[in-house]
Amino acid sequence: MSTGAERTLRILMPVLVGVLLLAAWWALSANQGRVVLVPTPAMVGEQLVMYPELILKATGVTALNALVGLGLGAVLAIVLAGVAAWLRIVDWMVAPVVAAVAVVPIVALTPILNTMFGASSQFGRQLVAALAAFVPIFINVLRGLRQAKPVQRDLFASLAASGGQTFSKLTLPTALPYLFTGLTIASSLAVISALVAEYFGGPANGLGTAIATYAKSGKVSLAWAHVVAAIVLGLVFFLVTVLIERIVTRRIPVGAAR
Amino acid sequence: MRFETKPVPDATPAVRAVGVGKTFGTRKRAVEAVTAVDLEIAAGEFVSLIGPSGCGKSTLMRLFADLDSPTSGTLEVFGKSAKAARLDQEYGIAFQQAGLLPWRTVVQNIALPLELHGVSYAERAERAEQLADLVGLTDFRNHRPDQLSGGMQQRVAIARSLAEKPRLLLMDEPFGALDEMTRERMQGELARIVARTGAAVVFVTHSIPEAVFLSDRVVVMSPRPGRITAEIEVPFGKDRAELLRESPEFFAKVTEVREALHGAPVERANER
Repeated sequence: MSTGAERTLRILMPVLVGVLLLAAWWALSANQGRVVLVPTPAMVGEQLVMYPELILKATGVTALNALVGLGLGAVLAIVLAGVAAWLRIVDWMVAPVVAAVAVVPIVALTPILNTMFGASSQFGRQLVAALAAFVPIFINVLRGLRQAKPVQRDLFASLAASGGQTFSKLTLPTALPYLFTGLTIASSLAVISALVAEYFGGPANGLGTAIATYAKSGKVSLAWAHVVAAIVLGLVFFLVTVLIERIVTRRIPVGAAR
Repeated sequence: MRFETKPVPDATPAVRAVGVGKTFGTRKRAVEAVTAVDLEIAAGEFVSLIGPSGCGKSTLMRLFADLDSPTSGTLEVFGKSAKAARLDQEYGIAFQQAGLLPWRTVVQNIALPLELHGVSYAERAERAEQLADLVGLTDFRNHRPDQLSGGMQQRVAIARSLAEKPRLLLMDEPFGALDEMTRERMQGELARIVARTGAAVVFVTHSIPEAVFLSDRVVVMSPRPGRITAEIEVPFGKDRAELLRESPEFFAKVTEVREALHGAPVERANER
């Protein structure tokens, strides 16, 4: 197969799957009785066109919560992973805490945090997103910081490189791809967690609140329109992370070390 | 082009080891990797350390490089402690693995030592180009390591070890991972490069012909505990042509080293 045809197929195939899914949705939703359980794509589309401001506002709130959470979680994870890689003893201290954080059910933690920071504060939600983002970034960065090979460490020692030089010219560039693996996973997680957190108290805004409210009050189509917005938001977070990774690794290409 | 080494102040030996030993581990499970090594390597001398696996030849080289510290004896590199020599960048080193940074191009890898030591961009770019030319990689100067063959990567590592014009080169089986043909070509290139730079070389290997072809002196080591068992002079001069490999004198030296390694004439070793 020529590369041109392969490229066309690579774009065409996902589109085909999307069209098939849409058709299946339509077939499922078109032949219901009087009670509409599943709105048709057209009904959802109609809501998107009718209430763009409403949906955008809710999306904006969730996006900000997810972004603050992702940033907070990432900074905390990178700093802690750096210290843990530097001092073995810190790694031993932090490892069980990270394992605990990794298994904390967001659903259980959210109401407590929301109560802690009050009904008018978004901080509880942002903290939930931060916790969810922290784990994959910490684990990946810590692993990445340990990937420099003994021969490379010996080389830097033989060159009388300072600790700072070894970090900036060897340890950090080696860890970069691992950081991006963590960030890519964490970006989607942050959106999901922020959204889930909005179901459980806190201010009455954001996608999570909107979906819960409209689903309960019979505005199923509008609820689904918000779900579509949530999917788009998650994709945007994911794609932006991948884009940043592309840009950075193009400047610092990473191949197999030998 | 200038590939001269730093000036030698006097006839200080490149390496002087007296009763050097290295023990790994604690008392109960201590392993004596190297014991009672007396060795003096003159400035500009090419010395091979040869011996079976586990004879401590790599450990000894790591002691010279101050990547490990001896547990007994005294060790001097150009009249200083090994640590002072490392901090003063008196030696260049090449390992069995090239140990290149995969995100850097060939010239950027070669220039790494200069970059770490604060040499200006223009100066290190010029030096890296010279060295890339010296090891025959000018056409690949902007390639990255994963685009190079194993032999090319090793040549980059050798060029990098020469970046600071060291008076001493430490090489730990730098051709160990190469096929025989590439290996012989690299040996020829190394002999040529060393002849041009006049640096002393400590060359760790377990290939007898390689040691004989390259060295002024072959130091034979033996394991458990690692120690020097024989030293063999190889008086073939500095200019060594490929034809040397096929001469009777070469074979005689190879046999001599082999017998020293086995500790007995080879015929008897084969009869066992």
